[in-house]
Amino acid sequence: MMHTDTAPPGTAAPVFYVTDEEGHHSEGSTMLGFWLYLMSDCLIFATLFATYGVLGRNYAAGPSQKDLFDLTGIAVNTAMLLFSSITYGFAMLEMDKDNQRRTQLWLAVTGLFGVAFVALEIREFVHLFHEGAPPWRSAFLSSFYTLVSTHGLHVSFGILWLVTLMIQVQKYGLVAANKRRLMCLSMFWHFLDLIWIGVFTVVYLIGVLE
Amino acid sequence: MFDNVNLQQLIFGRFTLDQIPYHEPILIGTFAGVAVVGLAVLATITYFRFWGPLWRDWVTSIDHKKIGIMYCIFALIMLLRGFADALMMRAQQSIAFGDQQGFLPPHHYDQIFTAHGMIMIFFVAMPFVTGLMNFAVPLQIGARDVAFPFLNNFSFWMTVSGGMLVMVSLFIGEFSRATWLAYPPLSGAAMSPGVGVDYYIWALQIAGVGTTLSGINLIATIVKMRAPGLTMMKLPIFVWSSLCTNILIVAAFPILTAVLVLLSLDRYLGFHFFTNDLGGNSMLYFNLIWIWGHPEVYILILPAFGVFSEITSTFCGKRLFGYTSMVYALVVITILAYLVWLHHFFTMGSGADVNSFFGITTMIISIPTGAKIFNWMFTMYRGRIRFEVPMMWVVAFIVTFVIGGMTGVLLAVPPADFVLHNSLFLIAHFHNVIIGGVLFGMFAGVTFWFPKAFGFKLDEFWGKMSLGFWVTGFYVAFMPLYVLGLMGVTRRMQHFDDPSLQPWFMVAAFGAVLIACGIGSQIMMFVVSIRRREELRDLTGDPWGGRTLEWSTSSPPPDYNFAFTPVVHDSDAWWDMKARGFSRPTGGYQPIHMPKNTATGAILAALSFICGFAMVWYIWWLAALSFVALIVTAIVHTFNYDREYYIPAETVSREEAKRMRELELA
Repeated sequence: MMHTDTAPPGTAAPVFYVTDEEGHHSEGSTMLGFWLYLMSDCLIFATLFATYGVLGRNYAAGPSQKDLFDLTGIAVNTAMLLFSSITYGFAMLEMDKDNQRRTQLWLAVTGLFGVAFVALEIREFVHLFHEGAPPWRSAFLSSFYTLVSTHGLHVSFGILWLVTLMIQVQKYGLVAANKRRLMCLSMFWHFLDLIWIGVFTVVYLIGVLE
Repeated sequence: MFDNVNLQQLIFGRFTLDQIPYHEPILIGTFAGVAVVGLAVLATITYFRFWGPLWRDWVTSIDHKKIGIMYCIFALIMLLRGFADALMMRAQQSIAFGDQQGFLPPHHYDQIFTAHGMIMIFFVAMPFVTGLMNFAVPLQIGARDVAFPFLNNFSFWMTVSGGMLVMVSLFIGEFSRATWLAYPPLSGAAMSPGVGVDYYIWALQIAGVGTTLSGINLIATIVKMRAPGLTMMKLPIFVWSSLCTNILIVAAFPILTAVLVLLSLDRYLGFHFFTNDLGGNSMLYFNLIWIWGHPEVYILILPAFGVFSEITSTFCGKRLFGYTSMVYALVVITILAYLVWLHHFFTMGSGADVNSFFGITTMIISIPTGAKIFNWMFTMYRGRIRFEVPMMWVVAFIVTFVIGGMTGVLLAVPPADFVLHNSLFLIAHFHNVIIGGVLFGMFAGVTFWFPKAFGFKLDEFWGKMSLGFWVTGFYVAFMPLYVLGLMGVTRRMQHFDDPSLQPWFMVAAFGAVLIACGIGSQIMMFVVSIRRREELRDLTGDPWGGRTLEWSTSSPPPDYNFAFTPVVHDSDAWWDMKARGFSRPTGGYQPIHMPKNTATGAILAALSFICGFAMVWYIWWLAALSFVALIVTAIVHTFNYDREYYIPAETVSREEAKRMRELELA
């Protein structure tokens, strides 16, 4: 309701202030703010992709993509991450129905897929080290490890966040604040999926099939 | 087996007592000075029993006005440090000719020019700009705070944390000698094995987190929290310029973060991004850093443009000429800011096609900028100009900035740039636009909004003195550099062989002394104004005949800014309210929903400082410990769901009644 005291009621007087307000902006602002954060993160990945684009053929007489990558292993890895996105989606559907137990269940499944992804990535790195391809071997390997492990670190951070949120949902229930947080993590998780599709295509597929 | 473990290295990393530069008299003198001033400040705070209020009302405050003020104070303190570096450089260059080596050895001189550039951009200009935006934007859009008040506090303390890391490098170890943008391969582990570049990297990473988050925060604030009726094309121009600046921040700073991570990986783990061997490419660094660096230039200047717009229309008593074209000019500059980065290294040799593309886009930027200059002049044309101190800064800016802009267009011509690249002509050019544009803008803004922040005006005499010294000092210091640059003198020289250059450098050094008088006058201005505050008191809240919403509330504004959220009908909202007979509401106050103060931001920033320091010195256990502490503190913070409270209606009523009494007195 708006109201003014500059003129008696009934005349078309200008309204200069709100007398009865709902001062809650946080809901919409959080989503926008988180989107902006994701876009800024996206630029970090863009920089790393560009770096890989520039340095990705500088082997310095060392191993190349074809020598190192095993597409089957990477396909399993990719599947883990894509499945985790689907299960996160299920968690959000259950959240909308206010079904706390099932939300938690799907979140746990998501977390396990995430852990599997990170574990497989670490296994790949260990394998590469054994092949004589550590990041300090060449500029190609420096840019490869940096791009892939930055994504892996994001997923690990996402898992930590997921566990924290599960504790909070357990403790405080599916309150508005927790729903907002789950929504943010959802955007974060799907965003990482999207980045991985880029990594999978640009680094692995093009690297091996070209 | 314990023979292999060096206990001292395990505990202290690469820090040893030799790293404290007690053999350098300049640094010892500085340290003594800092210690004396620091102790005096601590003693004063203790004497006035200010520790409690300092912690409760300032350090933990999430009030955007207080955070804005703290940003400006931090910028002014860092200005003193950055300017001390400038004075030493001008002194050295005015005496080091022929057999004379001057008083600064190359090792020290190189640290000074690196620190000067880095501090002036990241810890003077940036906090100044962020401070003014923080203070004024929520008030101008009729909001009670920013979108994320806790993040705002955290951002500020992260900026301070980064600045402190640079300051610590003065007395423990050394600072980078690899220029203000840490160009590899010079900044790589092979050429700069010491701690200097690591101090540089971690200071910027920590402060960069703060800058990025504050950018996100202010965009969300402007997009989501505008008062009813305040549509985008009614926003005050300062808010528009802030929006553009923060978009640039969010779209540019991640690139700086990423490129510094790559440089750290080269230095710490022996990666090969920018090295000369095993496939590294240092020109990649130049490209990436300037893809951040050129937008950074506009991040600094756009808010200054906003300040000049507000001041021009206020002190000419006129609506701003060409509002719509002003907005479009800002937006066009924002976009073009990303299309010109390569003009910083035309000499890379990327070929005529690439160089002409970037040369032309650079020249095109001068069109929207020129439009803005004309808009300010047309606003002044037939206006009732009141030449008070803020308006004088505007006039000084217009003249100075146009000169700097024209030398910039000259440098945008690739063949000319091949001659002038890395010469003193370039140094003169960018000081011309940064001092004449950004710094004058910030000083104008401080003079303009000071009465809003503290309830009294700044002393006019000392304001004019500082303006006079700064403007003449700038011209005397930098015009000789244009001449020297045209003669082919390059930047970053600690010593010159040709004695015929000396007179020019002596003139430049005298200019630096004049600027020192300008800074001295500014300090006097604050001291005198605080002592004469009762005479300079403004009870109206609107000392300049303002046009935008910040002038509609009291000075200093209450915690909640506005008892009732304003409704806007016009781009000059407060002017419109005054013209149409607005009268202040006297009752019907309601409780106001506000965020609570929190110490988490300051704690997180302190932990980041420790973590950064430990990384610089390879103290791995401390780095790991403080990093874990950072994560744990952040997680614990998220378990606090009780972050807001209501200011009771009685308190609002009391505050507003006080305000009414003041207005009657005024």
